[in-house]
Amino acid sequence: MARYFTDEHEWIDVDGDNATVGITDYAQEQLGDIVFVELPATGTMLDKGGDAAVVESVKAASDVYAPISGEVMETNAALEEDPALVNTSPEEDGWFFKMTLGDKSELEGLMDAKAYKAFCESL
Amino acid sequence: MSDTEETIEDLPLGTLPLDAWHRAQGARMVPFAGYEMPIQYAGPFGGIVAEHEWTRTSAGLFDVSHMGQLLLSGPDLDAVVEAVLPIDLSTLKLGSQRYSLLLDENGGVLDDLMVSRWPQHLYLVVNGATKWDDIGHLREYLPDEITLNHLEDRALLALQGPKAADALARHATGEYPLSALTFMKFGQFRLAGHDVTIARAGYTGEDGFEISLSGDAAEEIATLLCGEPEVKPIGLGARDSLRLEAGLPLYGHDLSPETSPIEAGLVFGINKRRRTEGGYPGAERINREIVDGTARKWVGLKLDGRMPAREGAEVFSGDEKIGVVTSGGFSPSLGYPIAVAYVASAHAAEGTALEIEVRNKRLPATVVPMPFVPHRYYRGSK
Repeated sequence: MARYFTDEHEWIDVDGDNATVGITDYAQEQLGDIVFVELPATGTMLDKGGDAAVVESVKAASDVYAPISGEVMETNAALEEDPALVNTSPEEDGWFFKMTLGDKSELEGLMDAKAYKAFCESL
Repeated sequence: MSDTEETIEDLPLGTLPLDAWHRAQGARMVPFAGYEMPIQYAGPFGGIVAEHEWTRTSAGLFDVSHMGQLLLSGPDLDAVVEAVLPIDLSTLKLGSQRYSLLLDENGGVLDDLMVSRWPQHLYLVVNGATKWDDIGHLREYLPDEITLNHLEDRALLALQGPKAADALARHATGEYPLSALTFMKFGQFRLAGHDVTIARAGYTGEDGFEISLSGDAAEEIATLLCGEPEVKPIGLGARDSLRLEAGLPLYGHDLSPETSPIEAGLVFGINKRRRTEGGYPGAERINREIVDGTARKWVGLKLDGRMPAREGAEVFSGDEKIGVVTSGGFSPSLGYPIAVAYVASAHAAEGTALEIEVRNKRLPATVVPMPFVPHRYYRGSK
């Protein structure tokens, strides 16, 4: 399983033809206390770079974009009860949704962990 | 991920006296009102929700040095200021401060402010984002004989929360004890060897103080106060969630030249004598609205669920659009989203069921009384 990162601070774990998406620790730190996550409905077709979810912190709403194109297969029900999971475990328990991998070539151009770390340090 | 709310800044940002101090406390600095300001702090007690709760239960120190501190003096001061503000200065006693409004000729709100009676002077605290326009407006409307002194070298700190009085009383000395100050009163005190003016007022709904002091003394006094076990520094993020819960309007969002103070429920800002006498900008419209009412009203809304509605969200009754949200967010103290909105007066009664549209969804909301969280101002020993 490989993990990639976008310059909009989403992460995507790729496992065969399926992937899991969330936002990074850097992202949750920037957003602050998260009070609500609006997730896409199962079956939604996502376009790479298009709106996928919305994260509401106390202060503002922020868009989360689809790292790649594909169909939403499952969303993280735990976030309904406990949206703060995105703060406490952004890159594990606080995942947002699982999706199909429409076009593997779209992974090209995403960052690996090392590149993403360097990217964050440059901000 | 990206913030949907972008901050537009086209001028170089100013630096306030506590800039380095905030950074040393782990503040995240953001552009606000032309300055770099702390939105929240790092650490186990940092973050908007933790800072909010700390202020509601203990005491928080806010740097509000971006606000404009103005000192007016000159001949017939009361009369000429009454021509600009709807205030009755004949009832403003030495040592008292009062909320007032800077209005345009149509009664639209240019700013909201505090006016304090000093010996020979009136001292005004105005909003940071509007202070330069306010100064221009006052210069234009006040006679040339009036001196307007912008106290740019002063800092302003707010200490807010139920334990603010305990913490501050350990250090403040003056002609009388700090406990003699009740809500909206002020006096001269000494703090860590510095002369300061302390007013019992604030913007959180809690008991608390606003301390006007020399910018040179700001670091020493901020460090002193944050050395008290009750006190932690609090950023702008929690300042906004606290004031929203307290039902206090934020200029530029809830108030603007497009809103009248009567629509906003600020009739108390039009002092009684002025409601009949007039003689201030916009008096004709405002005094008419006081008698006849307004077509829309600023109301509090409690939302169902957890999804907040933000500024600009439209408010509906059935299919009819009847208003717009001017501020909204998740209330840390209440655990649900709250908002304030201008709505058609027919839909403004407490208990009215409405809907707010957020990203093509309709969120059920109910008109509720404000403040959302009760004020706990200190009005004297019980």
